[in-house]
Amino acid sequence: MDLHYSAEDLAFRDEVRSFLETSYPDHLRSRASRDEVTKQDFLDWQKILYKKGWGAPAWPKEYGGTGWSSTQKYIFQEECARAETLGIPPFGMSMLAPVLMAFANEKQKSYYLPRIIDGTDFWCQGYSEPGAGSDLASLKTRAEKDGDSWVINGQKTWTTLAHFADWIFVLCRTDPTARKPQEGISFILVNMNTPGVEVRPIITMDGGHEVNETWFTDVRVPLENIVGEENQGWTYAKYLLVHERSGIAGVARSKKAVERLKHIASIELDRGEPIIRNPEFARKVAELEIDLTALEFTELRTLAREAQGKGAGPESSVLKIKGTEIQQRLTELTLEAVGVYGAPYFRGFPMEGGNQFPIGPDYAHHSAPAYANMRKTSIYGGSNEIQRNIIAKMVLGL
Amino acid sequence: MDFNFTPEQDTLRDQIARLVRDQNDFDTRRKVSRSEPGWRPALWSQFAELGLLGAPFSEEDGGFGGSAVESMIVMEEFGKGLVIEPYLQTVVIAGGFLRHAGSAAQKEDHLASIIGGERVFAFAYSEPKSRFDLNDVSTTARREGDGYVLNGHKAVVLAAPFASHLIVTARTSGAQRDKGGVSVFIVPKAAKGVSTRDYPTVDGLRASEVYFENVHVPSSDLIGEADHGLPLVEAVVDEAIAALCAEAHGAMKVLNQTTLDYSKTRKQFGQPIGNFQVLQHRMADMFMAYEQSVSMTYMVTLKLGEPETARKMAASAAKVQIGKAGRLVSQEAVQIHGGMGMTDELNVGHYFKRITMIESQFGNTDWHLRRFTELSNG
Repeated sequence: MDLHYSAEDLAFRDEVRSFLETSYPDHLRSRASRDEVTKQDFLDWQKILYKKGWGAPAWPKEYGGTGWSSTQKYIFQEECARAETLGIPPFGMSMLAPVLMAFANEKQKSYYLPRIIDGTDFWCQGYSEPGAGSDLASLKTRAEKDGDSWVINGQKTWTTLAHFADWIFVLCRTDPTARKPQEGISFILVNMNTPGVEVRPIITMDGGHEVNETWFTDVRVPLENIVGEENQGWTYAKYLLVHERSGIAGVARSKKAVERLKHIASIELDRGEPIIRNPEFARKVAELEIDLTALEFTELRTLAREAQGKGAGPESSVLKIKGTEIQQRLTELTLEAVGVYGAPYFRGFPMEGGNQFPIGPDYAHHSAPAYANMRKTSIYGGSNEIQRNIIAKMVLGL
Repeated sequence: MDFNFTPEQDTLRDQIARLVRDQNDFDTRRKVSRSEPGWRPALWSQFAELGLLGAPFSEEDGGFGGSAVESMIVMEEFGKGLVIEPYLQTVVIAGGFLRHAGSAAQKEDHLASIIGGERVFAFAYSEPKSRFDLNDVSTTARREGDGYVLNGHKAVVLAAPFASHLIVTARTSGAQRDKGGVSVFIVPKAAKGVSTRDYPTVDGLRASEVYFENVHVPSSDLIGEADHGLPLVEAVVDEAIAALCAEAHGAMKVLNQTTLDYSKTRKQFGQPIGNFQVLQHRMADMFMAYEQSVSMTYMVTLKLGEPETARKMAASAAKVQIGKAGRLVSQEAVQIHGGMGMTDELNVGHYFKRITMIESQFGNTDWHLRRFTELSNG
């Protein structure tokens, strides 16, 4: 056991750091703090990473991944967080891709995977429905065979960034007569330009547009767009949910956010002193830092197990629960720290090219919407209650 | 970065686990704890024969070339078995003082007999009014001739009834709470003027009130530098905290498993109580608390060699996390066991009491949260 980075790891860290300093585009630096990021921003950054050969840090080499060790992946995440780069949307890169690698045919793999890694296709996830949230297997979106096509009818919801997406992977019911709801589901890939696909925005309480309703009305896609076997989609869906764990804890970004919180708390005054000198506030920050350290080492242990081929398995639920609790608490404490300047609201206000906001300190302007927005984290990706069910069933055998 | 154990470390763990299972089952432990002398010198000799008592010492010190990781492994397994014998006080703490600051003569005098199991140590640092502050020392060591004369009262000195020697903090200068002026001595318990009042503790261990009345100690029994002992004490106590964290997560592991097993067999309303989601989620929380505790134990163990501030923050962070996790796990274990959890007959209450006492050993959660906060904010 040893915490130190090897000389090679340190050299790698320097390489990543200098790459981010020289190659991360300035126009994304200023946009990263803006209210909304565009599709082009995501694709631009992906293309830059691809050109460097770092398009898919977590993929195996045979699919164009980096072949990095888990330590190198960890360093890469840390450095990206440090440089406050845009995140890579997970839908294609870390949700769909592992499913394709495990279950798709060669033709599908060779078509879709390169287009994810080089920033051609933007994917979204068609899982939740109005009547199928935590009880995902009760989904009703129907896919029926008609000649050489699937014909899809139904409605998905909470489709994150569907308004950017070129493709969607959709869980559809293909056998409504199956004995159990889990048994009649298939995993189908749909081009968002197909006639009958309609995206309607959902505005969340922070005022932002991230999620959508996605409607399917007689949407015809080729039969070959199914992944794996018919009616086996639930297996793939679950594989996706437990497999998507690299970075699920968000440790590196949260560490950066703690730094930011402590910076704000060293400026904001309370009884004439920085609020970090207020023992009640300081205590909350310290508890958060300690929880984050525990999460960080839990993630490192998970990565070490994975590197040994032991697989993290359902323990990744711990990372999800603790990671999202910490992300939420960070925005909560940041909002507390800024005091009254949490109130002014500037979404959509034109402020190209600078950090000068009209009212209050710049770090305050997004704190309340960010707090509101982060409530989503304990709901999405299998709510934290569902994660506890998973631990109880898969780890504790209850 | 590496989170794997070496094959030798795996072997060490297996050996201890077997020994604890065979020699320290729950009934035996309870019987030993409740009869005289309150521990088993014969078991201690077996530890020595197996090499446990030399595991964390370097080869040049006569040990087996291990590190704090070896002590972590020992303490985790001891935590699982609620082992009474004073590995923490003798190997981790006294051994730590000797490793960090022992003179060649002191090492020669003591290390071989620690590793061989002949000498047992206790750490006499806390006082009736010092609470958790290591600098709060009113026991005095007055310079006289070629030595010192100790006077004072040390409180709740764990393992002192078993000990042949004491590590004692005493003030050689300054006021009661000054950071300077603290010195560390090795004192044979049989020295003239040392008296003890021995008693059992709630968690099945033994401790003493230790009184020093004009105890003459030669200069050769001063460890480290006179007046500048505090940083040494803090370093050793942080190592003790790492070991305690390992003991605590070992104990939590057993409580979690016992609780889980019970929930699968205990039936109410016609079904195992483990079927109820309200209990499932609480056991999931217990599992998470345990996992985070393991993580924090690794973290602090691997950071003991960091510079002082980083090391202290690591130790405090771990102690806070383990303090909270221990409360959660031990309270929920009793609750989910229902009335049976309240009994002396089941092991649950015994683990509950040990975990509760660990929370206040070497600074409780509040104390460490305050230290962490102060260090974190400069």
